[in-house]
Amino acid sequence: MIAGTSRSALSGRLETTSIWLLLVAGAGVMFFPVYWMFATAVRPKDEVFSGAAGLIPSSFVWQNFADAIGRVPFLSWTANSLIITVFAVVITVTINLLCGYAFAKFRFAGRDILFLAVLSALMIPFQVIIVPLFLVVSELGLLSDYWGVILPRAAEAFGIFMVRQFMVSIPDELLEAARIDGASELKIFFKIVVPLSKPIIAVLVIFTFMWRWNDFALPLIVMMKHEMYTVQLGLNLLRGQFNTEWSMIMAIALLSLVPMLIIFTFFQRYFVQGISGSGLK
Amino acid sequence: MAAVMAIAENLRGPAVGRPSAADARRYWLQAKRSQLTPYLFIAPNMALFSVFVFFPLLYAFYISLREWSLIDTPRYIGLENYARLASDTLFWQSLSNTAVYSIATVPMSLAIGLVLALALNRDLYGRTILRSVFFLPVVISNVATAVIAAWLFNDNYGVINALLQQVGIGPVAWLSSPRWALFSLVVTSLWVRIGFCMVVYLAALQSISPTYYDAAQMDGASRWQQFRFVTWPLLRPATFLLLILGVIHSFQVFDLIYVMTGGGPGFSTTMIVQYIYQAAFVGSEMGYASAMGMVLFVMILIFTLLQWRVNRRVEDVA
Repeated sequence: MIAGTSRSALSGRLETTSIWLLLVAGAGVMFFPVYWMFATAVRPKDEVFSGAAGLIPSSFVWQNFADAIGRVPFLSWTANSLIITVFAVVITVTINLLCGYAFAKFRFAGRDILFLAVLSALMIPFQVIIVPLFLVVSELGLLSDYWGVILPRAAEAFGIFMVRQFMVSIPDELLEAARIDGASELKIFFKIVVPLSKPIIAVLVIFTFMWRWNDFALPLIVMMKHEMYTVQLGLNLLRGQFNTEWSMIMAIALLSLVPMLIIFTFFQRYFVQGISGSGLK
Repeated sequence: MAAVMAIAENLRGPAVGRPSAADARRYWLQAKRSQLTPYLFIAPNMALFSVFVFFPLLYAFYISLREWSLIDTPRYIGLENYARLASDTLFWQSLSNTAVYSIATVPMSLAIGLVLALALNRDLYGRTILRSVFFLPVVISNVATAVIAAWLFNDNYGVINALLQQVGIGPVAWLSSPRWALFSLVVTSLWVRIGFCMVVYLAALQSISPTYYDAAQMDGASRWQQFRFVTWPLLRPATFLLLILGVIHSFQVFDLIYVMTGGGPGFSTTMIVQYIYQAAFVGSEMGYASAMGMVLFVMILIFTLLQWRVNRRVEDVA
């Protein structure tokens, strides 16, 4: 009896260990591309093209990063990306919260039809309307303008959907009480609804930041002047222009990831929450 | 909040009797205001949707019936653009590329994601860090991913060929031969997608009540039977969601391919969206590109509705 128990415990531990080893190996493969980008960026430049480059760089040349920034307008790309991302986050989060709140907590004529319209916007991917969208942005005089990238994607159907689902659970009594108390609707929104919605706001902020920072297709058609390029457009430009300077490309690629890596490290649970809550990226 | 409630009680008091004129007026104003409020709250979003989503969709249909190179005036040509699509071999190739890409990436990313979720749902040492590593590619931009992949798969100096050479294989023309270019693209897409599938499956697994497994164990179900008859059926909503999202994603994939292979060599990795982009912004054929956009829209629509129906029917049966 005792022998049987310990044998099954042993086989259980053996199984756990082998699964663990497989997972660690898999994680190694998954992480390798990121590591290799780092290794290519910091190793001495002449080492990059020698076929015998070791897995670990022979020395760490941090100067490579400074050289890369000195040769391409990475700082200006970063400034453009940050301006777009910050404005987009503020606008998207504000209007999506208001909109999701209205759909969750008000009864009004046409509500269901309008919500259906929001959901149908989910089914019209940006790629389908890329031509007319370009024409609209162009007609509005927003080509090579920050607003040309910010406005077309400021209304985010996923965001509205997410907010609505969350706010349905806010008790109506709370809002009614404040209303009878004479609070204005905006005051109710900011003093009662927003504080209760911090978790969903965090998710929304982080996802909007990621979407806008990583955005490529829309800036590609809107930003025609090089000085308006975002980080992603700049990286694509390098891939075309300096096709052989992998050391520099990898350095810039790594730098382009820094904001996302920082956010990922500190707020990972919000990513997981957002995705598992509504299955979106 | 207690104060608010107290005031609420007070206000409700006199309303029981005959309301004063001032009360009635205030009530009427409030009702009117709250009727307007939701419309004001949704207005910014609806305005943006109208200008940047719904109007462009109608506009796309309008343009798709015309011949227009942006610099000349649009000329109405009826359904000619659509007729031209039917005989455009590159259009069909980009469709078939999209289908092949979809079939190669979607089931595989679901399968790997599921296996990872099952493994990482166990109590393992360093579980959090392992999950993070598998999830990391999800937050990396497609452009950065494409640039890294192009370097790893580089025909001459890429580390993959270097490693293969050490075991006596290769060099493989990863990015300059049509077949291997699509393969490299699929591998890269899997790298991006499996973390996403894993997270969705993990959430679904965690919502399964342990009592199901207790009951199954009491009936003497083997672990395979537990998976087959408990876990898998309960994961069905997650699987459907991932299937829909995966296929729609592969209908829309653009950044990764544009930067990694540029659709080449030849047209071997040109997907439908890339072909639309080229027709519009390289070939200046706005009408023709819009017609393709409309076809893509209808395809996504049909696919999504189909999935919903199938999903409902399966749930009805279950």
